[in-house]
Amino acid sequence: MKFQRVLLGLIAASVMAMGGAQAAKVKIGVVLPYSGGAAQFGEQIDRGMNLFIQQHKGAFGGHEIELIKRDSKRPGGDIAKNAVQELITREKVDLLTGFVFSPNAMASAPLINQGKVPMVIMNAGTAWIPSLSPYIARVSFTMWHAGYPLGGYAMNKLGCKTAAIGYTNYPPGKDSRNAFTTGFEKAGGKVLEAIPMGGPRQVPDFTPFFQRVKNAKPDCFYIFVPAGNHAVAVVKTYANLGMKGAGIKLIGPGDITQDTKLQDMPKEAEGMITVHHYSADYKTPVNMAFVKAWKAAYGADTTPDFMGVAGYDGMAAIAHAITAQGGSVSAEGTMKALSGWSYDSPRGKITIDPETRDIIQDSNVHKIVSKGGRMMVEVIDTIPQVKDPCKANGIGKCK
Amino acid sequence: MEQVVNAAISILFDGVAYGMLLFIISVGLSITMGLMGFANLAHGAFAMAGGYVLVSLMVGLGFPFIPALVLAAVCVAVISVPFERYLYRPLYQADELDHVLLSIGLVLMATAAITFVYGPSTVSITVPDYLNGQIDLGIGLFPAYRTFTIAVGALLILGLWYGFEGTIVGAKIRAAVDNRRMAQSIGINVDRLFVIAFALGSGLAALGGGLAIEIIGMEPTFALTYLVFFLIVVAVGGLGSIRGAFVAALLLGLIDTAGKYLWPDGGAFFIYAVTIAILLVRPMGLFGRS
Repeated sequence: MKFQRVLLGLIAASVMAMGGAQAAKVKIGVVLPYSGGAAQFGEQIDRGMNLFIQQHKGAFGGHEIELIKRDSKRPGGDIAKNAVQELITREKVDLLTGFVFSPNAMASAPLINQGKVPMVIMNAGTAWIPSLSPYIARVSFTMWHAGYPLGGYAMNKLGCKTAAIGYTNYPPGKDSRNAFTTGFEKAGGKVLEAIPMGGPRQVPDFTPFFQRVKNAKPDCFYIFVPAGNHAVAVVKTYANLGMKGAGIKLIGPGDITQDTKLQDMPKEAEGMITVHHYSADYKTPVNMAFVKAWKAAYGADTTPDFMGVAGYDGMAAIAHAITAQGGSVSAEGTMKALSGWSYDSPRGKITIDPETRDIIQDSNVHKIVSKGGRMMVEVIDTIPQVKDPCKANGIGKCK
Repeated sequence: MEQVVNAAISILFDGVAYGMLLFIISVGLSITMGLMGFANLAHGAFAMAGGYVLVSLMVGLGFPFIPALVLAAVCVAVISVPFERYLYRPLYQADELDHVLLSIGLVLMATAAITFVYGPSTVSITVPDYLNGQIDLGIGLFPAYRTFTIAVGALLILGLWYGFEGTIVGAKIRAAVDNRRMAQSIGINVDRLFVIAFALGSGLAALGGGLAIEIIGMEPTFALTYLVFFLIVVAVGGLGSIRGAFVAALLLGLIDTAGKYLWPDGGAFFIYAVTIAILLVRPMGLFGRS
């Protein structure tokens, strides 16, 4: 009995001590997929965040930070929402970040409104997410940064008069479909059909969908799938069905030519045109230093991609917000600090738009080329400092 | 008109290729369920093991594709023997709930073990050039890999048909499926038949798992994700019937492909609707016997 009482006392004392020590820290709740097929995304963002923290110890204004990580596993939203609830109510985090999949960010938005906890989104790209809460800022992209300009580019520069669209059937997929359709039709193009191709969780067999498109003979085939394994399967199916030989150009946001997946793709990937805001192959001094530091930290055979950069930039934004508020983080204070915040990112100049709390950045046209047996991204055109076209034009849910 | 013909050819070809894949993986499940009355929900785990052994052989040890595919099937067939002997056999007389608990437990363990060794992502292999891209079959260009899958499936069907209809072991297995006690009482060593059938089924599943990498992908949750499809093949075809499994797999492959091609918005549900319809009319499956 006595022993148990002593033990209980010790536990209570250590819990109190822990509580006391934590009060001085800024607690950051990180919600990312750390297991399952999407763990590769979680790892990218995690590495990007850690690289920033290692390189910029002084950027946090002398305030100690603690990352409390939770596994969001799947795109469904439910697990992420539970994690966010736990982070807000039990861990009492000052700030939330991560969020690879749009549904996970959407499901968590009501909780951050109630708990008044700011959220810095590092990936989830459905355009209207920031309208769900005044406490959301985004450092990644929206589906319209790529899809909308690519619509015009496909018509005017690639000479595509007709297009088919294939998209993964969940919010960002529909958003990306709308973005491309709007841009393409505005330029005078005709969308022959838009095909939903299964959900984000499992890579489907794309063959029946692609076969249908092949027989419809569009000039361009625009694809949105979540990056990663979906992307490789898309290009493999495109190759195996001989669609390139049939004269159908494969285009899409840079998710389908993710840096980490490029070398797994068949030779038919060459010549693909995508619009995106980042590739590890960018030849700017900031990016070359970033890639070098990445390889030094995680191995020569690793490469950052757009998610890694979002983790890096997101941590830069968080560091700025913490420093600007003198270490006592509030939702309003964070949004105020991030409003108009500008940063010299490896992807180029980025700014958080004061009006929409969304990112302003360059959209680059990428062409996949093969050099020395390696697939590479070549930037062939740039649309400078794009403000999310969905909100700028007040389209659909972005009104 | 050309559109319609193209569509029909596409659906037929891709559907048959997908059906063949389903058949190769599921036929073993049909045999073991029919023969041993064991609801082996871990069957997909053997397919998954085949896929990952193939990846290890090709990526780790540099084996060429086809030898690696055969070797992966043999390896998994051999590995499955102690599973049958020490885990499954003690539960043959137990009720179905015990079967389900044991085999689902095995699936969860397999998923965790594979995630631990290979990581949670989809794995990929590089198939030889002659299986990439398209092949000219005289009537048009077809995806080479799927043509290969159809050919492998066709060879296996011929082999299995001969094995079951034309050999003594096949006759014994058929006898044991029909009436196990009678088969035992005329001196057939049913225990040994079980081992052979189980190893054969697992080996075929592994072969299917290897082939599946390039078609439906391979990741640690494969065994659970596609379990429903394997069970549909067995249920629609009828327990223990190779012919049934073949017809059911082809039917499902064709319906699934046609559904996705013709009606992408809702096509993925076709397969379930058809399954329900068939089982309502024939609860024992197309070729099952009550």
